[in-house]
Amino acid sequence: MNWIAASLADAARLAFSLDPKLYSIIGLSLSVSLASVTLASVAGGLIGAAVAVGRFPGRQVLIVLLNAAMGLPPVVVGLVVYLMLSRAGPLGAMGLLFTPQAMVIAQFVLITPLIAALTRQVIEDAWREYEEQLRSLGARAWQAALTLLWDTRFSLLTVVLAGLGRAMAEVGAVMIVGGNIDGVTRVMTTTIALETSKGDLPLAVGLGVILLLIVLLLNAAAYGIREWAARRHG
Amino acid sequence: MAEPMISLRDLVFEGRGHRAIDGVSLELAAGRTAILGANGAGKSVLLRLMHGLLAPSSGAVQWSAIEGRAPRLAMVFQKPVLLRRSALDNVIYGLKLSPAHRAESAPRLRERALAALARVGLAQLADRPGRVLSGGEQQRVALARAWALEPDVLLLDEPTASLDPAAMRAVEAIILGIAAGGTSIVMTTHHRGLARRFADSVVFLDAGQVAEHTPVDEFFTRPRSSGGHAYLEGEIA
Amino acid sequence: MNLNRRGFIAGAALLAACTACSLPAQAQAQSQERFITVASTTSTEQSGLFGYLLPIYEKKSGVQVRVVAVGTGQALDMGRRGDADVEFVHDKVAEEKFLAEGFSIKRQDVMYNDFILVGPKNDPAKAHGRDILEGLRKIAAAKAAFVSRGDRSGTNAAELRYWKDAGINLDAVKGPWYRDTGSGMGPALNTAASMDAYILADRGTWLSFKNRANLDIVVEGDTKLFNQYGVMLVNPAKFPHVKVALGQAFIDWLVSPEGQQVIAGYKIGGQQLFFPNAKP
Repeated sequence: MNWIAASLADAARLAFSLDPKLYSIIGLSLSVSLASVTLASVAGGLIGAAVAVGRFPGRQVLIVLLNAAMGLPPVVVGLVVYLMLSRAGPLGAMGLLFTPQAMVIAQFVLITPLIAALTRQVIEDAWREYEEQLRSLGARAWQAALTLLWDTRFSLLTVVLAGLGRAMAEVGAVMIVGGNIDGVTRVMTTTIALETSKGDLPLAVGLGVILLLIVLLLNAAAYGIREWAARRHG
Repeated sequence: MAEPMISLRDLVFEGRGHRAIDGVSLELAAGRTAILGANGAGKSVLLRLMHGLLAPSSGAVQWSAIEGRAPRLAMVFQKPVLLRRSALDNVIYGLKLSPAHRAESAPRLRERALAALARVGLAQLADRPGRVLSGGEQQRVALARAWALEPDVLLLDEPTASLDPAAMRAVEAIILGIAAGGTSIVMTTHHRGLARRFADSVVFLDAGQVAEHTPVDEFFTRPRSSGGHAYLEGEIA
Repeated sequence: MNLNRRGFIAGAALLAACTACSLPAQAQAQSQERFITVASTTSTEQSGLFGYLLPIYEKKSGVQVRVVAVGTGQALDMGRRGDADVEFVHDKVAEEKFLAEGFSIKRQDVMYNDFILVGPKNDPAKAHGRDILEGLRKIAAAKAAFVSRGDRSGTNAAELRYWKDAGINLDAVKGPWYRDTGSGMGPALNTAASMDAYILADRGTWLSFKNRANLDIVVEGDTKLFNQYGVMLVNPAKFPHVKVALGQAFIDWLVSPEGQQVIAGYKIGGQQLFFPNAKP
């Protein structure tokens, strides 16, 4: 029980230490995850809406695949992206391995299916309500998809935050493709892994607490926005 | 009759193992038609087949050209479906989708939309989010949206079924206004009073078939089919 | 488009722009810097040597040294794939194999540190002493709990060599007492600490390891326990993109009197960890 108190104290000391290295680690975590989730939201949102509204052969199979892909193990994604970006791999000439860009790519691959699958569910539920009216007004499938993406924007915000939470929390993918290089590709989760393996548990837990607080804040903000929206827009 | 507005030939619709429309051949003239029938008679399905929202299992739906072009159709449903935006933007949305209006400038569209809302008595709620309005107000916005499109034919699926009496009266007045402007109306309803006041002719559906197609007064005073009789007696609803 | 939608889109665009900007800016800063990629081992990184040594080198040369720390086996595989410029590991046998395969043309000694046998303070197997082989024999005989890294690391390779040299056929005597964790030095030490087990560790990781629980050093000082580090430039003939000039400059510095002095200067708790032994 003692070490819990020690860890919380460490977390507080860390957060207020004004240590530039810590802040650059937090900053990198945020920028990698925000960038990858931004890209994944665009890609996943369009894919999810298209699958929700479209009717084409193999649609059911695609839905099952998307749902399954929500549970893609981060280490597996990391390994595959690593093999692609390695000098010995197909995209090696781009020299992206062990850079923050590689981490964004890996997280993008990891998060897009999650956002696509959840978006599909949201849009499909809305489509059930809106379909006849939108078709009656002459909307074609792609127009309806875009309209619904905007109309369900508050539910989609929750989806995006789920994606962001998953991105910030994962360590397997970014560890493998980033290499956990000090000052270059070290993020919060990989630092926690490193400190744990060094046996410096209070520091690791301290960082973990900071990470949890960030995720908690994001979710509280999302909840607040949704409540405000429901009251204002119905 | 002069060329009919729409002609249906041997229409059959089968969905989920059930024949909702079982051989309907019908010609409707321009004007105001009410489609009546018991629950499950196939009224809503017939309306959707006419609009093109459903494709028939067999048979044909043929709209006659108006001024050399396909007639503009609009439909209002029992439960109004508004988007998460202002009432005004909901009307503008419909205009932007219509081929006749989509090329118009934004101020022009805004003008049209405001005029439509004014005609249904909701100009003052133009900037309110559509989905916080009452059921009656939402239905009026849906009607404004349809009206702004200047349709040749307005299809209505039980437009007053979800409304309280005051809202029902307001909606009835709006539909009258639209009809007075030259738009043909095809409406399904349970409301005998509304049908009687409003329609020129009645199509009575019984188990997916047309049991009667007569002028309105004739249907209500001298129904020819046994189904029609039973319906008016209130034995079936 | 009403104000609400405009505001939302503006906000989202701003956010996207910020995140998109921060990355290229970071990447720019890093690609404009000259840098090399060094494949090394987790135990070396966790000893803290790089944290001490690299800032000194970077200040002097203006070249950023990016260390990817994995197990020795993985570090050499990185070189085989061309994902590193320089190899800095401690498994001479594996390094010579790497040379023989043509992935490097020259290997140089840099420094050595030593392994220690760590175990529970009460030493149930009575392994304490200066002889590693004898200590291992006693542990096998007592079937005392022993944690192995099992991860193709230099440390793991050394451990297996010691069992063999002690005349013990691991496959024959293996039992529940021998725990193969497949993990790095730190996690393996964590496991040993929680299980009160013996474990072979490098002194560097041990000195920085804070979660010791009931463990202490049981065997040390045996010359067999010395752990030799070697450095190699990945062969540019196989991988033209290897940063030959910058990589070689780093290697040259490591084996130079100046570099060797810096290595000797790294201490934990006043104790020197690495003993430079580059041949002039």
